[in-house]
Amino acid sequence: MIVAGCDIGSLTSKAVILNNKNVLGYCVIRSKSKPEESAREVFKLALKKAAVHEEQIMYCVGTGYGRNKIPFIQEAVSEITCHGKGAQWVLPRVRTVIDIGGQDCKAIKLDKEGTIQKFITNDKCAAGTGRFLEVMAKLLGVGINGLVGLTVGTNQEPLTLSSACTVWAQAEVIHHLNAGKSKGDIAEAINRAMAARVAILVGNVGLEKDVCMTGGVAKNTGVVRHLEKLLGVKIKRLKFDPQIMGAFGAALIAKQMFTGKNS
Amino acid sequence: MIVAGCDVGSLTAKAVILDENTILASQIIQDAPEPETSARQVMDLALKQAGISMDSIAYCVGTGYGRNQIPFADAVESEIFCHGKGAQWNDASIRMVIDIGGQDAKAIRLDAHANVIRYIYNDKCASGTGRFLDVMADALDIGIEEMGRVSQTSKSPVTISNQCVIFAETEIISLVNEGKPMPDIISGLHRALAHRVAALAKSIELEEHITFTGGVAKNPGMVASLEAALGRNLIKTGLDPQINGALGAALIAQKTIQGKS
Repeated sequence: MIVAGCDIGSLTSKAVILNNKNVLGYCVIRSKSKPEESAREVFKLALKKAAVHEEQIMYCVGTGYGRNKIPFIQEAVSEITCHGKGAQWVLPRVRTVIDIGGQDCKAIKLDKEGTIQKFITNDKCAAGTGRFLEVMAKLLGVGINGLVGLTVGTNQEPLTLSSACTVWAQAEVIHHLNAGKSKGDIAEAINRAMAARVAILVGNVGLEKDVCMTGGVAKNTGVVRHLEKLLGVKIKRLKFDPQIMGAFGAALIAKQMFTGKNS
Repeated sequence: MIVAGCDVGSLTAKAVILDENTILASQIIQDAPEPETSARQVMDLALKQAGISMDSIAYCVGTGYGRNQIPFADAVESEIFCHGKGAQWNDASIRMVIDIGGQDAKAIRLDAHANVIRYIYNDKCASGTGRFLDVMADALDIGIEEMGRVSQTSKSPVTISNQCVIFAETEIISLVNEGKPMPDIISGLHRALAHRVAALAKSIELEEHITFTGGVAKNPGMVASLEAALGRNLIKTGLDPQINGALGAALIAQKTIQGKS
């Protein structure tokens, strides 16, 4: 049985094609101005990679910020549920999921069955979200994925960013650049500031092991390392791309829904 | 006896020269990179305007973000205290000062003798400070000093749903792309900032007689929006609201020297 999950986020759109437990194909693209267009495009690309025709998809679940605008889905489900579902399927012992997206950050607590017990979202303030890193990466003249590379072989004396606010932190980064500090040291400070904000959110939801991270920012090993230090736990690495965990969870739910309706 | 006050803020530096009850000179400049330079430059301009030299200044008090770097200040005082003094000198009935600066916002409650009863300020989050309008003016490609005038023809101000400067910037770019009229966007921005600052002021309880100071108070659109958000008329003193801190510093200088002689 072939099903699909489609996650339309603020910055990127993701689609996963699933055949029972096997991922046949997936795709991540930069979101377009219209969620409908993002959804169509990413879905088409994922189908191509999976070598599957649209008619073969028995059920499709949409999630993410733009989930209600996806034209081809049978059901829309919240990101919280999808990330929880996806993460727990990959790591059955996971109890805390930290999902950092392009413009929000969520800490989700699950019970043994994968049911959501509690969650906290920050989408009010850019600090602690992917947007913070995006703004900072731009200042350093690298892409959002370039921050990790910069931190290789950095100084022993770490720089700090004293402001949590993205706007004020921007001014601090410019100040550090003008003072001739290395981009690597600054990138390290940015990653640490980012982790500090996320750690507060995780602390508020109540940390419980195992912990994993989903969303695009989970690919930034610098942020992950600082977060591990601040939380005092090891963050479990996912077997596959953390950015598609929402879409993957959506596909798992699609499978469940289709099975439920046809049995 | 001639005294001076110098207020080195995050974006601008201000100087006031006072002779008894007369303001001899007042100057405002954009900050130089070094606070020392800003202080010297603005004070030189004020001295020139007053037609006197630094030797004639009996005492000078420094205030503002860069107050500890003013080379010629005899003493320093917090902005909170200076704003209270400055406002009440203008109008003795004033019991509350709301000051919006380039990087912060403050609300200060005063007793009848300009003593600070309670105050609150925000410098942690750029939203709710002058920076909010600066960033938006840049995004809209309009001069910050033009915003007030442009907003006045607004018929139906937009609602800005994001509080965060970073998110609100993206939001207004979409509003522009949707073809919303510039006056309505700017008026919406004034409302958003006024709402934030009013919430800050309300958290220490509003007084009846309130004045609005700082560079942002020169924007008539902000004055109207803040009045609406507070549900109170603001007291307009007729004096440039941006020099209030420097004036307060000069008044403290005056009091200090009187106490000494």
